[in-house]
Amino acid sequence: MAEDNAGNGRKPGVLDQVQELKETIQAKAKEQVEDLKQPEKTQLYRSIFRVKHDAEPRNRALSVLSNVFFHLHPAKVNRDAVRYNFTWGMGGITFYLFVVLTFTGVLLMFYYHPTKIQAFRDILYLENDVPFGKLLRNMHRWAAHLMIVAVWLHMFRVFLTGSYKRPREFNWCVGVLLLVLTLLLSFTGYLLPDDQLGFWAVTVGTNMARATPLLGNEGPFGSMMGMTPYNDVRFALLGGSIVDANALLRAYIWHCIAIPLIAAVFMILHFWRVRKDGGISGPSPVMLESEIKEEKGPRPVVLRPSGMDMHNR
Amino acid sequence: MAEATTPASVSAASGVPSAADTKKQTEQINKGRRRIAWAFIWGYLGVNLLMFLRFFFPRALYEPNTVFNIGYPADFALGIDQRYLMTNRVWVVREPDRLFVIFARCTHLGCTPEWKSTENKFKCPCHGSGYDNEGVNFEGPAPRPMDRAFVVLDPTGKVTVDTSRLFVDDPRAGVNHFNDVGAFLNV
Repeated sequence: MAEDNAGNGRKPGVLDQVQELKETIQAKAKEQVEDLKQPEKTQLYRSIFRVKHDAEPRNRALSVLSNVFFHLHPAKVNRDAVRYNFTWGMGGITFYLFVVLTFTGVLLMFYYHPTKIQAFRDILYLENDVPFGKLLRNMHRWAAHLMIVAVWLHMFRVFLTGSYKRPREFNWCVGVLLLVLTLLLSFTGYLLPDDQLGFWAVTVGTNMARATPLLGNEGPFGSMMGMTPYNDVRFALLGGSIVDANALLRAYIWHCIAIPLIAAVFMILHFWRVRKDGGISGPSPVMLESEIKEEKGPRPVVLRPSGMDMHNR
Repeated sequence: MAEATTPASVSAASGVPSAADTKKQTEQINKGRRRIAWAFIWGYLGVNLLMFLRFFFPRALYEPNTVFNIGYPADFALGIDQRYLMTNRVWVVREPDRLFVIFARCTHLGCTPEWKSTENKFKCPCHGSGYDNEGVNFEGPAPRPMDRAFVVLDPTGKVTVDTSRLFVDDPRAGVNHFNDVGAFLNV
């Protein structure tokens, strides 16, 4: 604009602007009326709601990649990945149970006080008076038990199919951490009803922490490190030297906030890594011949998941 | 580093006399400042981690005092007394010649055993360890007798107990402190 005006030798005035507006305003008004007639054609609508596209492979891939919820799933899935007799679906079931536990757990938190006097009363209240309280509590309990079972079976499947091998070693380690976090979630949840079973289970469990090397007052080298029942790792876990109010509150916070958050972070890493390592199932991902680095000794065997074999099927 | 060496090689090609000096200068980038910055960052994070860990060790505890008074030795009849079990987790044992205090913690995994007066033994409900009427293990997984708490007569003649000072009898380790001073009172 500036150059044009310099050529004409005059600056744009208010009159010019009005003139320009006069020409465009009608078109703009018409456009807006059209939008009101068919709001689903507007850019605003299309930016929020999903629109029908032609079912080409590219569009299909884009619809997955451009949506955060679908993005969690790969655009294309290996044939083996939907074969339950190969995967058992245990990883997915574990995640589903985690979601169930999070949901029922948050609901249980509405009626539970993590204090010595009220905790067990709240359990009785949930069991007998809260609408659907018994159902919620039992869902939480059974989902917790099932999650432990599912995690072990998932691990067992991964072991049987050799899915811990290169390049999935890192994800196996992440999985082991998630197993430990699952067990810790179970353990911290044990104390929360504040009943005899949970109390003594945690008494026994934390007494084992006394025997931690270096950090426990009864463990190897513990006394050399100056550990007593009042400064060792058990003390930090319980917030005291006995299983009491502090221990209940700490178990509650670890159970409801800290460990679920940590586990969620590792789950994100775990799922991302599954896709990065070539998708689920399959003993080994497809590698291009050109991707294999020449190594001394025998050539590595290129294994392909059965569904990916182009020549036989 | 790759960008840093490029001007030096260009100036060397164009024949600028101080090419060698320039190259030397670019290679000697002063890394002191970034080292200091990183030291501050890591130091800050490290101190915060230590603070985070220290946070989990409370200074004040609202637990029963480990030092407490149980009255005169004559208040106790022969046998096991459970008066201080609920409050202080101890049994007071009076024998014809001595009085001692058993700390009521199973030496297996730390549950509180029960005194079964009809069977004349302590029985742990968690994993079934059994102890005789002096707290010496004879069945179940317990590795050693139950510990005994420090006892002393105060100037008024009452018995003061301290459960933070425990006397251990561990036959496997070959140590027995049950006859030490403070492990019992002659009565």
